[in-house]
Amino acid sequence: MADLYQIENLRLSLADMAAKPLFGPAPRLEILKGLTFSIPKGSVVGIVGGSGSGKSTLGRALVRLLEPSSGAIRFDGTDITHLSEAELRPMRRRFQMIFQDPMSSLNPRHRVSAIIAEPLRLHGFDAISDRVSRALDHVGLPRHFASRYPHELSGGQRQRVGIARAIALEPDFILADEIVSGLDVSSQAQVLNLLERLVRELGLTLAFISHDLAVIRRLCDQTIVLYRGEIVEDRPTADLFDRPGAAYTRELLEAIPLPDPAQPWF
Amino acid sequence: MSFLAIKNLSIGLKKGPPLLRRVSLEVSSGEERGRVWESGAGKSMIGKAVLGILPPSVEVTGGEIWLDGTDLLRLPLAERRRRIGALAALIPQDPLTALNPSHRIGPQITDRLVDILGWRRADAEARARDLLTEVQIAEPERVMRAYPHELSGGMRQRILIASAFAAEPKLIVADEPTTALDVTVQKQILKLISQMQARHGTALLFVTHDLGVVSKVCQRLSVLYAGMVVEDSTVGDFFAAPRHPYSAALLAATPKYTDPQAGLNPVPDSVIAAVRAEVAAFDRSAAHG
Amino acid sequence: MADAETLDGRSQVRRRAGLRLWLSAAWLGTLCILALFAPWIAPKDPLAQDLFLGRMPPAWVAGAEPGYWLGTDSLGRDVLSRIIHGARVALSVALIAGAITCVIGATLGLLAGFLRGWVDLLISRLIDIWMAFPPVLFSILLIAVLGPGLWSIILAIVVIDWTRFARVVRAEAMAQGAMDYVASARVAGRGRIGTMLREILPNVLPTVTVLLTLEMGIAVIVEAILSFVNLSISTDAPTWGGMIAEGRASIHQAWWVLVFPLGTLFLTVLSFSQLGEGLKDRFDPVLR
Repeated sequence: MADLYQIENLRLSLADMAAKPLFGPAPRLEILKGLTFSIPKGSVVGIVGGSGSGKSTLGRALVRLLEPSSGAIRFDGTDITHLSEAELRPMRRRFQMIFQDPMSSLNPRHRVSAIIAEPLRLHGFDAISDRVSRALDHVGLPRHFASRYPHELSGGQRQRVGIARAIALEPDFILADEIVSGLDVSSQAQVLNLLERLVRELGLTLAFISHDLAVIRRLCDQTIVLYRGEIVEDRPTADLFDRPGAAYTRELLEAIPLPDPAQPWF
Repeated sequence: MSFLAIKNLSIGLKKGPPLLRRVSLEVSSGEERGRVWESGAGKSMIGKAVLGILPPSVEVTGGEIWLDGTDLLRLPLAERRRRIGALAALIPQDPLTALNPSHRIGPQITDRLVDILGWRRADAEARARDLLTEVQIAEPERVMRAYPHELSGGMRQRILIASAFAAEPKLIVADEPTTALDVTVQKQILKLISQMQARHGTALLFVTHDLGVVSKVCQRLSVLYAGMVVEDSTVGDFFAAPRHPYSAALLAATPKYTDPQAGLNPVPDSVIAAVRAEVAAFDRSAAHG
Repeated sequence: MADAETLDGRSQVRRRAGLRLWLSAAWLGTLCILALFAPWIAPKDPLAQDLFLGRMPPAWVAGAEPGYWLGTDSLGRDVLSRIIHGARVALSVALIAGAITCVIGATLGLLAGFLRGWVDLLISRLIDIWMAFPPVLFSILLIAVLGPGLWSIILAIVVIDWTRFARVVRAEAMAQGAMDYVASARVAGRGRIGTMLREILPNVLPTVTVLLTLEMGIAVIVEAILSFVNLSISTDAPTWGGMIAEGRASIHQAWWVLVFPLGTLFLTVLSFSQLGEGLKDRFDPVLR
């Protein structure tokens, strides 16, 4: 199967503002330390790690919200590593992102219809209100939600608006950054089932960042485990859970409390 | 005799809808009780009501809160604060915002002991050091002189736990204490809370939405929907055979990494409709009651 | 879509537009009408002197001259009419100076806070240096150079106060810039200026509104102070500050000459600040 993304030796450093001296630039902190992997078209890849692992940074690098320090990111054959904003703009509709915090990912002053229509307008789509309605249908929200404001929706509904906004552009790739972490277990189930269905129906490629291994197991074909900016595992999901390789993976698995009081945990 | 007995507690927004609907639950000394709640604004309301820290827009509309044999709601405000201060403590949810960034760690633990409970400073500091060691912080002296932003989230949560146990409270309310933490850190923190609780014999009211955590950490649990108790049982009974359809649906929605087919079944609309009907019936009877 | 949240009433918490919004709007509205139609509303000519009617008390006190509702000053001029005409100067300064200060300060603050980088560096340093000048001295200097007059006062206020707007708006813009919906706009392909106007600006408006009304209140006071020390407009047109200055001299014989303009000034400034608070509450769709 052809690869949608090819990542080679990706390195990314950010300025460490906490350690900035009075004069001169802040020291660079290396977050991603040379990652190499690929994402096949139509697959669902899970990216797992604790805080400080760099998983969010990796996600943002994939959609070029951040620029790598070195290495290469190839999207469908094109090298997007160091493209400028202007060069990226026409390509942006092909890779979209859904954010973690349903409170801050939707502008509180815009109605749902404006939030979904916005990217469509930017990329010159036609029949915009039609597409907005269809996007809402796809995510299972009633059409009259279009006139609501974000604060009139629950967390799960807001996440679905975020998904609608992403799929409205008919992208090839979607990055979901911890999108169910703030949701209750039922909303989480709804959102994840929705994603599963959309991936199938729309032929999307999905990268799913999470710290929840149980969700990853259910959703993803391939799993990448990050630890402190390096890849420690990159295998098919079933394989990973049956025979965890790295010590860190095992540590992650053991840290999860299974809802079974009989099994001792501590 | 339960240390904490909440009887028919109702809470609501002032001139607005109810947030808690006649909730009753008990926690004995040394017992950990979990409370699981789907979602919504009122999840920590019970804990806040017990500790007397409800937000100004919320008021108690009925019921009793018995702490160590006294109904807190019947006491005058100053007396209530004193009792709560002496008997109870909170382990808050977010370690990032629970500590004052302008003060060092040491005073944040000892000030309460010295100013409000009248301890001598030397005693308070010795106690702080002991507790920090108990929560497995390697260099208690150095940490006491540090500022919160110099420490990691896990470490801050340990400090908050130590701080909660400082005055030997009989009741601790833990309000989703590990939601903001990494999964590996969460395990350490939960282990710590359990050990401290067992060692000090404290009653623990544990608020969470994570059934996995409840199964490992608590002896009894209450499940609430829209502020109404729908199930109240021991943890063993609950996970073996939940009685209420809503609880069963919650279990079915919880993913397990050992079984890829398990979980991720959202609560069916029929179950939601049924439990909402129960809530509506409750509201009707309360209006006529 | 069923969920527990709609049963707990969180989304039903709304703040109602309070009494203070209506009261302050009523006062300011009245003042605006009085100022606009002063020549027709004011009962007497504000400049007409009649030495035989000097220091007449207000209408409800014994010995008052009918037709002079709030009494007369030492030159026999009607206090009420002078206050009404004084509103013209006060409100002009408030509205014009407030608006210009707001536009300049908020724009620079927005650019600095959102674009960061060298734009922020430049604007922030500018603000720091600018704020180092002592404001009262600066404004007196400015008026001495430009000569007295309405536009000199307006310029003096703008020149000093824009930094207040810039600082606050910059901080807000920075906080907004960290929000995920800004990142989302970028992912969608929006350019920077577009993001600034569409995503950041609407969320910064509540703060700007409060600052603007506060600024208007300040402008009224500054004008009053300047006319108190005779550095204000050069014509004989009455100003509240000028009336207060005159009233000071005859406070024992004719308290009304001081008290009424002072009271009007106080109420006006108070109304501006309360208006801002009330508007902010009223138009904020996001409630936690």
